[in-house]
Amino acid sequence: MAEQSVNLGVRIGSLILKNPVMPASGCFAHEYAQAMDLGRLGALVTKSVTPKRRIGNPVPRVAETDAGMLNSIGIPSNGLLYYVDHIVPHYAGVPAPLVASVSADTAEEFAAACEALSLPGIAAIEANISCPNIEADGRAFAMSARDTHRAIAAIKRCARVPIWAKLTPNVADIAEIARAAEDAGADALVVANTLLGMAIDPHTRKPKLGNVMGGLSGPAIRPVIVRMVFQCARAVRIPVIGCGGIMSAEDAVEHLLAGATAVQVGTASFLDPAAMIGIIDGLVAYCERHGVARIAELTGAVRIDAGLTDRWLRLAQQSG
Amino acid sequence: MMIGTHACRVLEHQWVNARYKYLRLACPAPLARSTLAGQFYQLACPVSDAEKPFLRRPMSVYGIGPEEDRIEFLYHVKGMGTRALERLRRGDTLSIVGPLGRGFSFSAQWKRVLLVARGVGLATMAPLVPLAARAGVGITAVLSARSPADLMQQEFLRAAPARVHAVFDSDGSSALARVEPLVERLLAEEQPDMVYTCGSNRLLELLQAKQVRGEVALEQQMACAMGVCLSCVRLFNEGGDKVFRRVCCEGPVFPIAAVAGEVQFG
Repeated sequence: MAEQSVNLGVRIGSLILKNPVMPASGCFAHEYAQAMDLGRLGALVTKSVTPKRRIGNPVPRVAETDAGMLNSIGIPSNGLLYYVDHIVPHYAGVPAPLVASVSADTAEEFAAACEALSLPGIAAIEANISCPNIEADGRAFAMSARDTHRAIAAIKRCARVPIWAKLTPNVADIAEIARAAEDAGADALVVANTLLGMAIDPHTRKPKLGNVMGGLSGPAIRPVIVRMVFQCARAVRIPVIGCGGIMSAEDAVEHLLAGATAVQVGTASFLDPAAMIGIIDGLVAYCERHGVARIAELTGAVRIDAGLTDRWLRLAQQSG
Repeated sequence: MMIGTHACRVLEHQWVNARYKYLRLACPAPLARSTLAGQFYQLACPVSDAEKPFLRRPMSVYGIGPEEDRIEFLYHVKGMGTRALERLRRGDTLSIVGPLGRGFSFSAQWKRVLLVARGVGLATMAPLVPLAARAGVGITAVLSARSPADLMQQEFLRAAPARVHAVFDSDGSSALARVEPLVERLLAEEQPDMVYTCGSNRLLELLQAKQVRGEVALEQQMACAMGVCLSCVRLFNEGGDKVFRRVCCEGPVFPIAAVAGEVQFG
């Protein structure tokens, strides 16, 4: 493999990843070992586990949209013990750090769950303070800077592994939320989750999801999330992990240029179970073509002409 | 890797009647060797100006082989995905992911099997026909369709010997009140070792009520088709408990007795 010629390694706080590509929570499970070598991934991010058992939402749980999909799975979970005993062992021999995604109903439950999961074999915890399906009317911790700070601060007091805060895009000012998470001690941000959406069948007049509303993912949301990665990366010093609509290596590069240090891939894996491997190979090819020796050089390397607006206005003044 | 993404070439693609189309693919791997009756593939239906399907479409296999790289599908042109698929021409490329799911159980020791199909459900069970015929297992089939024009009996049997009972909506013979005594008689007289069904909840309920030993191939909306996304769950009875199972990877074939009633959507 040509990976030697390009250094794909990235650093997320104290964690060093051999490449910047990892799955988005909810879009990955050990079943994908049937379609790819999990050891090639930069990290493994499992589906959100909750302290209490949850059965999930009524079907239909997915609906196709233009260039994307809606889901309202509802975080089915068998609880923390089941996770530790039955999920974690699947990845024991896989040479990629395991990141446990955790979701909970209160800041205290979040803290207790993250403490319980601060275990050997779990390299970091992604605090899913954003899933739009869990709270009534789609509200979540990460929709408010105060609730974000409270949850992350509570988690940081108890957890003994790095904490990534997964933000929701369903906010007016994502940079404010990003700063709140950083202030509370988050080690990295994951930007972002699905956009709350809804679809109705015009012929049957029924919502297309059993849960009525759900999260929109796929290429349709990529420009929105790339903008948010850009805003968050400018607002904080901790690493940002971009997550939204990445289908190809070029899409991943777009997130990196906007300010992401690593990327998560979700919906693309549903279309091709080995999509992440194709993206890793594609990143090597991109770096070779563009003479990039270290992929970390791409983070925030978007070329913005800071003087363009001033020059434009000066030019415009000369017009009639 | 057991499950791959394969760029296949369209060898044949033609209408078998007004609503159903037949598709034969040449695959870049010997998929016929690893594909079982009842399994399915995820098809990337081609995007065009008219149709823009985003997700792949799960489709059960209609024919396996005889050449080791040949896979066939038989499908009802109905929604956006199948309308997009329908536009493929001979020589075009179609990306498929699979083989996926768990297929039907079968034993060459059996004397006779009963296949109860409704509509396009017959395509899912069609790979059982050569399996049974080669093993010398007798085949009895109840085929239910809208009308004789929709039946596809030849497409189902492909010259294999079978006792066929065709019933239709057009003459009322497919009504449950008339199918029930037919099924009762076949169960009593022929004592099939296994009953298979696909394509109708009503026929499934009828077979459940008769407490047959059998299997059903189920459908459910899905995204990943590999057990990851958890969108395709249904409720099943197992050991006195009600449990959720993923249709994509724990099925799509399940014991008839295990299927629990559905919560109706809407």
